[in-house]
Amino acid sequence: MASLRCFLRSGKNAVSAGLRREFHRTPPAAVQVTVRDALNQAMDEELERDERVFLLGEEVAQYDGAYKISRGLWKKYGDKRIIDTPITEMGFAGIAVGAAMAGLRPICEFMTFNFSMQAIDQVINSAAKTYYMSAGLQPIPIVFRGPNGASAGVAAQHSQCFAAWYSHCPGLKVVSPWSAEDSKGLLKSAIRDDNPVVFLENELMYGVPFEMSEEAQSKDFIIPIGKAKLERQGNHVTLVSHSRMVSLCLDAAAVLAKEGIECEVINMRTIRPLDAEAIETSIMKTNHLITVEGGWPQFGVGAEILARIMEGPAFNYLDAPAVRVTGVDIPMPYAKILEDNSIPQIKDIIFSVKKTLNV
Amino acid sequence: MYVGLLQIYFIVPWLASCFRHSGARVVVSARTYADFTPQATFDIKKCDLHKLEEGPPLQAVLSREEGLQYYRTMQTMRRMELKADQLYKQKIIRGFCHLYDGQEACAVGIEAGINLSDHLITAYRAHGYTLTRGGTVREIMAELTGRRGGIAKGKGGSMHMYTKHFYGGNGIVGAQVPLGAGVALACKYLGKNELCVCLYGDGAANQGQIFETYNMASLWKLPCIFICENNKYGMGTSVERAAASTDYYKRGDFIPGLRVDGMDVLCVREATKLAAEHCRSGKGPILMELQTYRYHGHSMSDPGVSYRTRDEIQEVRSKSDPISMLKDRMLSNNMASVEELKEIDVEVRKEIEDAAQFATTDPEPPLDDLCNHIFYNDPPMEVRGTNPWTKLKSVS
Repeated sequence: MASLRCFLRSGKNAVSAGLRREFHRTPPAAVQVTVRDALNQAMDEELERDERVFLLGEEVAQYDGAYKISRGLWKKYGDKRIIDTPITEMGFAGIAVGAAMAGLRPICEFMTFNFSMQAIDQVINSAAKTYYMSAGLQPIPIVFRGPNGASAGVAAQHSQCFAAWYSHCPGLKVVSPWSAEDSKGLLKSAIRDDNPVVFLENELMYGVPFEMSEEAQSKDFIIPIGKAKLERQGNHVTLVSHSRMVSLCLDAAAVLAKEGIECEVINMRTIRPLDAEAIETSIMKTNHLITVEGGWPQFGVGAEILARIMEGPAFNYLDAPAVRVTGVDIPMPYAKILEDNSIPQIKDIIFSVKKTLNV
Repeated sequence: MYVGLLQIYFIVPWLASCFRHSGARVVVSARTYADFTPQATFDIKKCDLHKLEEGPPLQAVLSREEGLQYYRTMQTMRRMELKADQLYKQKIIRGFCHLYDGQEACAVGIEAGINLSDHLITAYRAHGYTLTRGGTVREIMAELTGRRGGIAKGKGGSMHMYTKHFYGGNGIVGAQVPLGAGVALACKYLGKNELCVCLYGDGAANQGQIFETYNMASLWKLPCIFICENNKYGMGTSVERAAASTDYYKRGDFIPGLRVDGMDVLCVREATKLAAEHCRSGKGPILMELQTYRYHGHSMSDPGVSYRTRDEIQEVRSKSDPISMLKDRMLSNNMASVEELKEIDVEVRKEIEDAAQFATTDPEPPLDDLCNHIFYNDPPMEVRGTNPWTKLKSVS
């Protein structure tokens, strides 16, 4: 269902173009690409472009990737550049950072970011802080990537969202793509970035197809880190989100549009550095703000956005307190009915919009 | 005969020193140098071996030149650390300060067995290695005192000093070991026949991530020399109280290992040469345990006498001091004169004094450096200050 909506939402509707009778024109060469394939393409292109880039992680080589993100790469690039590691996160994350120190450009995959907690010292103390501690002598060009946040039925230890934890730390860039284009452009940027980047994917988005423009298909297509994207224009309320929750915001917006409420949906794309300006510009137009995230509320992404808006010029434009829609403040349960009610649903967004707008 | 001896042992060296003091290039009579032994062979302790067929040779050849260089470097290291002790007690150095005196033979011996183009990483007891890896006493001391002339511009401090092919200086116990293996992976990947020396202490040797690293380094045959500097105490805990097995050279299990007398610079050098050869020939990692001793406590906040006796410290100082050992060897084999070595001591003392002077008078880093060096190769950005109205500038 979500994939169908995304297909329809993508603007240039390939189906309808076929049904219209008109002069034969070369249609825009957009194609449907899943997030998985977009990530795969990004890594393939960057591995080809720069010999120093390599991928390491559990099952990334011969298994083609636990979630098949690195499918075909080992066959193409071999043992030297696609490395299967033992199940030792702290060790291999440290090895990846050391390799970056000595001139390589590693992509370190965590099978999920839950396992990155075992290696978090290497990410923060070895990667993020070193350029500063060395006063510019030692850069660390590394990407830590993998699925983040809730999946489906994987329960508490495998469902945590780490956006807030990593975004807390200076020295890191934290990216959270939503669409296939986001995924490809941002991963390429992350790999080319000379600094540590935490790249938060989402398992439930891997199989979702999006339209990818011709421009996005190019090998040089990159999306700059640190800039949000306006996914939908609206006048009444600003919805700010990242990753899978962007889909829910757009779905909620479609439903609300029928009632005459036009939501402006901002896809953050990058969590750190946060594009506060994009959010402020939107609030100055809509006068209402709701942040939507899958993670827990306390000290989360939404909490930071709200604090920044309070401290910035957009505060004076708010007609109602800015609020957050978040995951429920509990460890993730297993049973489907419980799990479904632990994360934001479309109805929660709709409810919050109406409360904020007082309708 | 008597006059001859007089000439050799008193007049000629005196003459030589006259030339030195005049500032002119030392033009010593051929007789002086001809009197010194150009090189000698010394017996060194046999190393205990683990999964190794052959250990280092039981004798080491030392040239006069090498001897003088090792002596100078060890003495510089020693005096630098003692000066740091002084400055710390005067509260001019703050925070953590982990001193290396007693362990000089390790740093100097290791460097003698590898090249500057090789790589090295260690933990927080790093001042000695910063020196052997190319740092100057001035910039090391100025980093300790937190001045802008410090090797990390005052932003790193004692535990975070870096030079070319030297990756610190790491504050988290054990974290440097996977990092070192990563450097070794890069060495192998880039095919430049370089290796990485990866140091850790007896306290760190029990860390899980080290065993994870042994596994991967061995699987992938990384050119990594793991070195455990066993100074018998992890902070205040003796090795017997911390480790079920104190045979640290065996703890790599499938990784060949050797246990080395870390107080003898020649023993360390020969073992390092063997280890380097092992790595460079593609055999994978190797593990060295250096048995050494630190005179100071764990850090400047630890007097170092609550968990060991002063007698023990004194015994090591009198019987196994690395600098004394080298000095005795050279003097008893006529490889240098007492005078000459004293001359080096004077020069070293002066260098340390000058460095300390610099380190105490150089200004602190400017406040506009506060937010710099967050990201590399990035356009300038804004950093939030302590309140919402303060926006600070950050450049790469």
